[in-house]
Amino acid sequence: MNASPSLRNRLNAAVRDIPPSGIRDFFDIVTTMKDVISLGIGEPDFDTPWHVRESTVFALERGATHYTSNLGYPELRRALAGYVRKVFGANYDPQTEVLVTVGVSEALDLALRALLNPGDEVLYHEPCYVSYRATILFAHGVPVAVETRPENGFRVTRQMLEAKVTPRTKALMLNFPNNPTGAVMGRADLVDIAAFARQHDLIVITDEIYGELTYDTPHTSLVSLPGLRERTIFLHGFSKAWAMTGFRLGYACAPAELIEAMMRIHQYTMLCASSLSQKAAIEALARPASDIGDMVQEYRRRRNFIAAAFADMGLDCHRPLGAFYAFPSIARFGLSSRDFALQLLNQEKVAVVPGSAFGACGEGFLRCAYATSMANVREAMARLKRFVSRL
Amino acid sequence: MDELLKILQTNALEPRENIARMLELSVDEVNQRVADYEMRRVIRGYQAILDEDQLGLDKVTAVIEVKVTPQREGGFDTIAGRISRFPEVRSAYLMSGTYDLLLFVEGKNLREVAGFVSERLAALEGVLSTSTHFMLKTYKRFGVLMCQEHSDERLTITP
Repeated sequence: MNASPSLRNRLNAAVRDIPPSGIRDFFDIVTTMKDVISLGIGEPDFDTPWHVRESTVFALERGATHYTSNLGYPELRRALAGYVRKVFGANYDPQTEVLVTVGVSEALDLALRALLNPGDEVLYHEPCYVSYRATILFAHGVPVAVETRPENGFRVTRQMLEAKVTPRTKALMLNFPNNPTGAVMGRADLVDIAAFARQHDLIVITDEIYGELTYDTPHTSLVSLPGLRERTIFLHGFSKAWAMTGFRLGYACAPAELIEAMMRIHQYTMLCASSLSQKAAIEALARPASDIGDMVQEYRRRRNFIAAAFADMGLDCHRPLGAFYAFPSIARFGLSSRDFALQLLNQEKVAVVPGSAFGACGEGFLRCAYATSMANVREAMARLKRFVSRL
Repeated sequence: MDELLKILQTNALEPRENIARMLELSVDEVNQRVADYEMRRVIRGYQAILDEDQLGLDKVTAVIEVKVTPQREGGFDTIAGRISRFPEVRSAYLMSGTYDLLLFVEGKNLREVAGFVSERLAALEGVLSTSTHFMLKTYKRFGVLMCQEHSDERLTITP
């Protein structure tokens, strides 16, 4: 794995200096063990809906195996514009304002590369998805983290942002409902953030991949707020709500100038997203409500169960309101989150992800994903309780 | 549908304490609501879902389409009620389309089922005709796939 020193020196400095994801490192340890119950999986345990899989096979048979338009199949872009209007409350022109990408990860990369000049600062919040900081650095930007806290439900406030904004700040990245904390932002919270973005003339990148998965209150999208659509890149995809992670299909909606700029990079690096995945997405959008409703209800039951189990064993945990993650504090045990996770893995064969993998301020927390069967959640909670009682 | 019933339909043996946690209710409330459903006979019973092919039972199941004459008073209900009371009939439905009643009938072997159809069912007053289909293999029952082992293709840790 290790490059020789001379080759290492040839690497791009941004790439060379970024440590590998803390999740990958932990994954390598977990894979050496057997019979582990994993609460470390950041993807749904539900199968991709059968009608989506079946129609993908049909598309393959019919020969949908060629390049598509750079932006994506027009039929898919029309369906996406309709879905975003209905569910997220903003209008986009499917001809010029929707770009289909290889997962939200590609869309995020395109957005940052299209926007940033070297040295431009990007505000984002931690704990956050593992790729944010790295993606900003790869785009030669300067990542500026805002730390969110459980006292505040892991939400971002205008005050936090005002403390970090500078004249070099170009963009603000948001991800709610949040991976890894399960936090959501309500309408009132977002109105404040919107005012902040307007005042400092920032572009907002909002990753709302978990938008369908909220349990106590309906999701409010940033792009539904007055005046935000014109300065926002909205990102969403099929991985979470339709359990289609392996299809690698995401999309961006934004004003035409921004989509055009992102498309320029996309057309030279990716050309287009997989034709079969695009066909699958068209089918998925044909029936969203029936697929998603039962799944949300099941996640809510697990969320309720896991929150009660943490309370029962005396673990502090802010109430997870969306996505499928709980983020309990283990600070009172005097172990680092990595040591806690390693001991839990070795002694009880339960895998969780140390909070530190999601940014420095995630230290002292664990990410527990409840995207696993109720039987696994139950057993994992019983083992965790036994482990905690010994500490 | 009440979420409590959904949970019971998926797993009637789910401990009441777990159900209480999942629905953020007290155990007493859950027990009370289940008792209420039982009393109102919304819940008619609890059964295990078996993969009977594994058991090698001396048993056959037939699906029988029945055409009947509705009666002047009581319509289809009188004749359907009479047919449903035979213990051999495991399920019975009134259908739209080219026949009236659909029956699931169990017997030890083909001859026993044939005997039931010709001597009991077809002989009933009001039964015009029957068409019998024997089941060969079960792929899915009550929403549970019988033919496939569940496997989790996911990696154990993902971002």
